[in-house]
Amino acid sequence: MASISMPESHDWLSESARQRVQRRHAADKRMRLYGLAAIGLAIGLLGVLLVSLILSGYTAFVQTKVPLQVTVSPEQVKPDNLERGNYRKLVRDAFLDLMPVEMSRSEQRDYLSMLSSGAPFLLRDRVLADPSLVGQTVEIMAPLADPMDQFHKGIIPRDVPEEQRRVNDVQIGYYDQLVAEGLVSTPFNWALFFSPDSRFPELAGLAGALVGSFYALLVCFLISFPVGIAAAIYLEEFARKNRWSDLIEVNINNLAAVPSVVFGLLGLAVFLGFFGLPRSAPLVGGMVLSLMTLPTIIIATRAALKAVPPSIREAAFGIGASRHQVVTHHVLPLALPGILTGTIIGLAQALGETAPLLLIGMNAFITSAPGGLTDPATALPTQIFIWADSPERGFVARTSAAILVLIGFLIIMNAIAIFLRQKLERKW
Amino acid sequence: MSEVEPMQVSAGELARAAQNAVQAEAQPTAHARVAARDVNVYYGENHALKHVDIDIYNNEVVSFIGPSGCGKSTFLRCLNRMNDVIEGCRVTGEIMLDNQDIYSRDLDVVQLRARVGMVFQKPNPFPKSIYDNIAYGPRLHGIAAGKSELDDIVEVSLSKAGLWEEVKDRLKEPGTGLSGGQQQRLCIARAIAVNPEVILMDEPCSALDPIATAKIEELIDELRQNFTIVIVTHSMQQAARVSQRTAFFHLGTLVEWGETEQIFTKPRDERTQGYITGRFG
Amino acid sequence: MLELVILILLVLCAFGYLMARSRAVALATQAGVRNHSLPAYHGAFVALWVGLPAFFLALIWLLLQDSVIDQMILASLPADMIAGLDASRESLIISEIRSIAGGQVFGQPEPAVLDAAARLNTWASLAGWAMVAACTCLALAALVVTRRKLSPSFRARHGVERIMDVLMIACAVVAILTTLGIVVSLLFEAYRFFERVPVTEFLFGLNWEPQIAIRADQVAGQGAFGAVPVFLGTLVIAFLAMLVAVPVGLLSAIYLAEYSGPRFRNSVKPILEILAGIPTVVYGFFAVLTVAPAMRSFGASIGLDVAPNSALAAGGVMGIMIIPFISSLSDDALNAVPRSLRDGSYAMGATKAETIKQVLLPAALPGIMGGVLLALSRAIGETMIVVMAAGLIAKMNINPLDSVTTVTVQIVTLLIGDTEFDNPKTLAAFALGLVLFLVTLALNVVALRIVQKYREKYD
Repeated sequence: MASISMPESHDWLSESARQRVQRRHAADKRMRLYGLAAIGLAIGLLGVLLVSLILSGYTAFVQTKVPLQVTVSPEQVKPDNLERGNYRKLVRDAFLDLMPVEMSRSEQRDYLSMLSSGAPFLLRDRVLADPSLVGQTVEIMAPLADPMDQFHKGIIPRDVPEEQRRVNDVQIGYYDQLVAEGLVSTPFNWALFFSPDSRFPELAGLAGALVGSFYALLVCFLISFPVGIAAAIYLEEFARKNRWSDLIEVNINNLAAVPSVVFGLLGLAVFLGFFGLPRSAPLVGGMVLSLMTLPTIIIATRAALKAVPPSIREAAFGIGASRHQVVTHHVLPLALPGILTGTIIGLAQALGETAPLLLIGMNAFITSAPGGLTDPATALPTQIFIWADSPERGFVARTSAAILVLIGFLIIMNAIAIFLRQKLERKW
Repeated sequence: MSEVEPMQVSAGELARAAQNAVQAEAQPTAHARVAARDVNVYYGENHALKHVDIDIYNNEVVSFIGPSGCGKSTFLRCLNRMNDVIEGCRVTGEIMLDNQDIYSRDLDVVQLRARVGMVFQKPNPFPKSIYDNIAYGPRLHGIAAGKSELDDIVEVSLSKAGLWEEVKDRLKEPGTGLSGGQQQRLCIARAIAVNPEVILMDEPCSALDPIATAKIEELIDELRQNFTIVIVTHSMQQAARVSQRTAFFHLGTLVEWGETEQIFTKPRDERTQGYITGRFG
Repeated sequence: MLELVILILLVLCAFGYLMARSRAVALATQAGVRNHSLPAYHGAFVALWVGLPAFFLALIWLLLQDSVIDQMILASLPADMIAGLDASRESLIISEIRSIAGGQVFGQPEPAVLDAAARLNTWASLAGWAMVAACTCLALAALVVTRRKLSPSFRARHGVERIMDVLMIACAVVAILTTLGIVVSLLFEAYRFFERVPVTEFLFGLNWEPQIAIRADQVAGQGAFGAVPVFLGTLVIAFLAMLVAVPVGLLSAIYLAEYSGPRFRNSVKPILEILAGIPTVVYGFFAVLTVAPAMRSFGASIGLDVAPNSALAAGGVMGIMIIPFISSLSDDALNAVPRSLRDGSYAMGATKAETIKQVLLPAALPGIMGGVLLALSRAIGETMIVVMAAGLIAKMNINPLDSVTTVTVQIVTLLIGDTEFDNPKTLAAFALGLVLFLVTLALNVVALRIVQKYREKYD
């Protein structure tokens, strides 16, 4: 035993002891508060993100338009050469008809620039689709040019000095008159979903990007789903535990953490450079995305296979099934819900990937939806990137709107995954 | 002592009668260090512990015995309010430490747990050095005035736990590097370091080999001089070796308690009789 | 052409399957014995051998067809035209020929080129038909050969299962091939870069101005490829991101693991996971649209000059994205600490905060560190947020209010555009990519090792 003794019994009821205990409890409350505040901050930032996107993007879901009564005169549009008709003149005349007042040259210029420069193309497309329209009067809802669109939606304010806004007072005067006659309306902007990209914000849409993303995801699914499941089944059910299987596992875990831009470099060097596949094609985009989705599917499939109890396998072996039969007839069907869930989640991640698609060229300015897997195309996230770079106000709103569309798809996909998981999950 | 009373008398009454008798006989002037009155414990809807009354006296070793799941560990955990940590657990009744209700506002639970220390079934040293393990309690409660006083506390605690000679040269090494028996003694030293009034031990030797167990039992006997010890054990031999008083729990009730010798030679309740003769449990 | 091949193969497969299946039954009845394997397996065996080799032949043919034809076209051009041309000039000519063959004629090309374009079309169409023929022949040959093998004692099931084994192993090996592909392509292109720019200048040079002269007589800035400012910028932004993510993530994890009830936990945890599921291009736009202007005007109001593409804005938003990585892994690490340690600390009279600070966090530290390293690796490799919100000019400065550029930004900006492949500018992107890959790989390996070692301690 030691020659020293314990210090005097501690006085638990002394003032200093009580204060100490109070301080300790206060510190405990503080830590609790900090934790809650951190959670609040994270969720708050998420909320700010969503709110700012919605606030800046909701205006893009409607488009300011005026109805034009256009007489498709055969002098301007020759029936044997519909492509090269003077639609510009027809549309301008129809627009001038809406404002039957005297205009000076500069006033007329201002007035005409209020109409979208793409309106003639709308007319042309109508006539090309239905050549019998030549000689008739047709009504088209023509979008106003982007500055007018922004002005009508209140984004460009009236009360700043004229030099600081993109619409001048003359145009505002004409605008007010059109509004007074009830000619200005804001129908739902279907063009956002069904038109391809365009130089003009008022005409730009996501059709090309949506089709491009769809093709790319299709290719990604067709490659990574079978390959991923086959690899996972092999690793989980068949492979012996040796150096090779360890090596493959290490590779898969590392691939899951490689930055996406490196996959883009791989696609650029190997798919475009070595194999000479076409640039900007959804095929190549899909191939690169499949390499990125593969680890996700493999890991999810392995987890689903692991979750099937060994007793099922043993029972099947017991009646003389071969290992292949055990896996395909018994284990795989039971693991299917987990596999599907993991695949959907992997595809949702692939939908949002941007960097590798940029590097293989899916960021070109493409004005029509791709016809096939090898036509140049953009994808939804790369389209967002392109629009984000454009200076016109109209593109700011459309970028936010495109983001909301993307998030919408992600929500749907994740909801399906969660629904599947809950519906089909079995509790062992 | 009379033979087993007829079954019309309830167990609680029996216990109280025995308690009074013992009190009068053995410790006429000592007050109970810990006194429990009509303690019940509920886990949600489950009534796990029913109407426990018991007194624990100063400087003695009391052992709680009984078959698995009888509630002895649950009651032990009531004494230092460790049941507060468990969700959905409710404790009713009165538990007094030195005539002060442990659930009263004046007694902070943090201080209670320093005054009533606990040693667990599986040794659980912190992933810190041996020194820091012992110093943990004193640092928390501000017991030591300075570094040298802290050093003293560490040395005394380790000595009282019988570990000082073995580890005095490696205080900086991690506590998890010791053997099982040493780790348990480290945990005992850690509990001692805040100079508690009562030490609770929940089956402290069940994870140890016989030699380490013997060392700990020796230690308990030495510690009795300075502390009051309550030990839960499922080894009757250990209870007989180590404790002055024994309480027998069965299916959530305290069946009887009294001097160890009496419980093991002339139990008053036939359930006790059944347990100690090995008919069940 | 591929669609035609697939169609033919599908027909042949179906035919082979049905034929083999009925033949197996017929043979068995004839001999009066039972088949070793079910007839369906006989059918599958034939169908697989008919379809798979021919399909892979078609794929390989398609992949190599264009390069082979390109070489043949080049060889067929008049000798004086192709003498002494380097690879970039050759590929220019090829692409001109190809675009003419595709129907887009620019200006007045030379007659030799027009001829070559016509030849290309002929050869391409010939090659297409040749592929169809080759694949069909292969499929038919397989059909004949496998048909011969059919018999009651033929172990068709084993045959089919062996084919499945080979396919599965091939799929598993794809993972190795991918890693190999990444490493080889990065090394290859980086090597070509380091032939023109010395490694020491790249790794230690302080001047990053990749605008190199395109032609020898062009008076543009000489290319300087010292990547240190780029590395520095990456570290600055990653550091800022961690500065946001680690406290918020760790405190959130502490609250969720120790203080909150199960209902709160179950509803809040998924919401935090949402942060990880938002595409990074959305974060980038958010940084540009809202965060950077807000920081700029806030800075202006207190007299600080904040750049429109400051490191603080980009790093801050990146930090938001990384929060769930840290909170999720820390939460797991804290929950993995055994209950006995918690009990031991509470029994000593410690408050929850003291238990967390002095017992739980040190015990969970390896797991938390692993999470932090993984998050750091993510921050370093992140692309879209910085491409949209950070700067393009490489500077040797660590001021968070100023703009910096990162490795990923440079990779993207060097490669978006119409520069051809051999330009040192584009090759520099691969050198940067190699560095990025190696650094993130090292971080991931270390993180994984820490987490594994820690898991051993408590299992």
